[in-house]
Amino acid sequence: MTAQFVIGIDLGTTNSVLVYSALNEESPQVLLLPIPQVVAASTIESRSMLPSFLYQCTPDESESGAFALSWSDDASFATGHGARSLSAEFPDRTIAAAKSWLGHSKVDRHEPILPWQAAREITKLSPVTASQRYLEHLVAAWHQAFPDAPISQQNVVLTVPASFDASARELTREAALAAGLPETFVLLEEPQAATYAWLNAVGDRWRKLLKVGDRMLVCDIGGGTTDLTLVEVAEEDGELTLQRAAVGNHLLVGGDNMDLALAHFVAQLFEAKGLTLDPWQSVSLWHSCRNAKESLLSESGPDSHTISVPGRGSRLIGGLVSVNVERGQAADLLLSGFFPDATLTDRPARSRTSGFREIGLPYESDTGITRHLASFLNQSLAGTNLTHVLFNGGVFKAQALRSRLLNQLQGWFPDSPPDIVDGSDDLDFSVARGACFYGWTKLKGGVRIRGGTARSYYIGIETAGLAIPGAGRPLKALCVVPHGMEEGTEVDIPSDPIGLIVGESARFRFFSSANRRDDRPGELLPRWSPDELNETDSLEATLSATDDSEEDYVPVTFHSRITELGILELWCVHESTDKRWKLEFSVRDDAES
Amino acid sequence: MGRISLAWKILTSSEFAARVTGLLDAPPALAPPTPAKPEAPPKHIAPSKPLRSDAVTLLAALQREGRLIDFFKEPIDAYSDAQVGAAVRDIHRDCGSLLERQFAICPVLDQAEGSNVTIGADAKNGRIKLTGKIGDGSQASGTLVHHGWRVAKTDVPVWTGTAEAASIVAPAEVEVR
Repeated sequence: MTAQFVIGIDLGTTNSVLVYSALNEESPQVLLLPIPQVVAASTIESRSMLPSFLYQCTPDESESGAFALSWSDDASFATGHGARSLSAEFPDRTIAAAKSWLGHSKVDRHEPILPWQAAREITKLSPVTASQRYLEHLVAAWHQAFPDAPISQQNVVLTVPASFDASARELTREAALAAGLPETFVLLEEPQAATYAWLNAVGDRWRKLLKVGDRMLVCDIGGGTTDLTLVEVAEEDGELTLQRAAVGNHLLVGGDNMDLALAHFVAQLFEAKGLTLDPWQSVSLWHSCRNAKESLLSESGPDSHTISVPGRGSRLIGGLVSVNVERGQAADLLLSGFFPDATLTDRPARSRTSGFREIGLPYESDTGITRHLASFLNQSLAGTNLTHVLFNGGVFKAQALRSRLLNQLQGWFPDSPPDIVDGSDDLDFSVARGACFYGWTKLKGGVRIRGGTARSYYIGIETAGLAIPGAGRPLKALCVVPHGMEEGTEVDIPSDPIGLIVGESARFRFFSSANRRDDRPGELLPRWSPDELNETDSLEATLSATDDSEEDYVPVTFHSRITELGILELWCVHESTDKRWKLEFSVRDDAES
Repeated sequence: MGRISLAWKILTSSEFAARVTGLLDAPPALAPPTPAKPEAPPKHIAPSKPLRSDAVTLLAALQREGRLIDFFKEPIDAYSDAQVGAAVRDIHRDCGSLLERQFAICPVLDQAEGSNVTIGADAKNGRIKLTGKIGDGSQASGTLVHHGWRVAKTDVPVWTGTAEAASIVAPAEVEVR
């Protein structure tokens, strides 16, 4: 059977969305899939978003099937709105932000570690499995709506943060395949998806709006993360083309932090009135603060906004306590906390408190998004001008934040202040829509953003030399994938052969860089600054003993390949026989290979 | 355990199985471009009366999301208008968004109130209620006094609970210390 639909999936840190378009239409007609989900015990409702939360039921709840869905034979957990509502009351039973854990290379993402630091009796899942559960939910919702169009036969595009490195992408792919997505599904970077959503909205007009040499910043501030991308307009055979020039590092700061900051502030106002909030009231307050943020920070917003927290018992009005939040207070708190005035040469402050640090998610110690932005632009623009900016993410529903950031950017480039490009006003769904539109253009033709790999990649090579007690052997980094290596290409890495022991697993340290854009394959870096190279999961390969060879050592060189689907593959190649071994991320469970 | 007990429940409880099947057949709220063929329900399951009316499920949702039942059950005589007003804001927002999501309530007639509208067959099909000098009801037009309300969809949640829980709008909450 041939594909009937193209499907775009936004697997978000806080919300997931599935959109689709039938392929027999003239032009893409992108529709949202309603997702049935448990919203409260024994209550199933269809919603347009699936909150990326997973609640582990108590034994009683599993037994009664209170959180069961018709398509699942497992009633021991719930995903979606119900799980999110329960997350406040039962934080140690609820998995949140699994996607941020997926991109966190300091932990083994196949280990059942979530909910993080939960009590021993609670079933835990790995970040990969949790992500798989959310995708399985979306897939089941799809099959319920379209039983005659199995998702394994459709064209599927799944979005990932641009800042996800190769191993986080591989883990996402693994979760997606386990959830039943077709082998041929494509990963697309979220800021690119946002750009496609804009391209879809403006149609061919984009060629008039942009010109050769323009540089557009895509600033995507989601619930939990901020993702930055720079797109350049180039010319090829007389046609305008879009090129993804750079992506930022993975920043764990987003809209939820802002809502929580406001909620924290408001909770203090309540405390001043003698009311200490319980978890249920805190959630109620958190939601109220999200609304308050959008209302107070809108252009014609009120000067103050009343936030009330109802009593916990059945007496609603009697137990009600209200506080007034002034527009100025909220704006000060959020703007100075998250969008402080910065100069283009500012750098995010690094936390100096090293030593013992609990391993949790590496939340940004500097929440000043403007400083992260300055650092990114300073590196990626290299002295050139920024001409356009595209905002994406629910945060930008608050008008004041949008204008604040635009003002800052215009202040940085006073000679030619960047213009804002407005695409879809549906900020919650544009990433999924853009993914769907991308899938459409991939099949039917249309403008494409070219980019290749967002990062360059390096294998750590320990150099020979006299061993010095107490010091490791000097490490050099061999560039194996240059920045911008395109999909569907491969390259032999020129280097001295490296001897690997037959029958044993060889491990290599593995690094990536978002800002070393000129390194060529085979280049050997003797040193680098901590800002330049990030270490990610190590790579390993086990060399099977060959019958014809009696040698213990095999001299190999490296070969890298980016598949058509954007997956990075690294191979060790035996010099004389051309025999190859694939290097795998060692985050993989050994039992699977 | 949960998996087995649920499978067992489906096998042994025809009511539960019927509700599960009902969910499988539920059409998506947004009509797909090529309507999916609903699967025929298994023959051995006799259709049974639902355990709970959708009205109770709606009440439960209004209480859960907007605390509407708390509001109506609380005597408000003793409170000032300001106190009531402060509570109503949140109820208005939360219940309003629930009604919008589940029913998408919109006017029956799009014209502005006070404008002249044609009546046609709408008086007979229930879309228009005539007032004033009705006479023999044959007038062709009149002044729109109230634009009316209609639901654009009905997406009341599906309830899958037990007979004992069918009458529960909001469970009692007990905090364990």
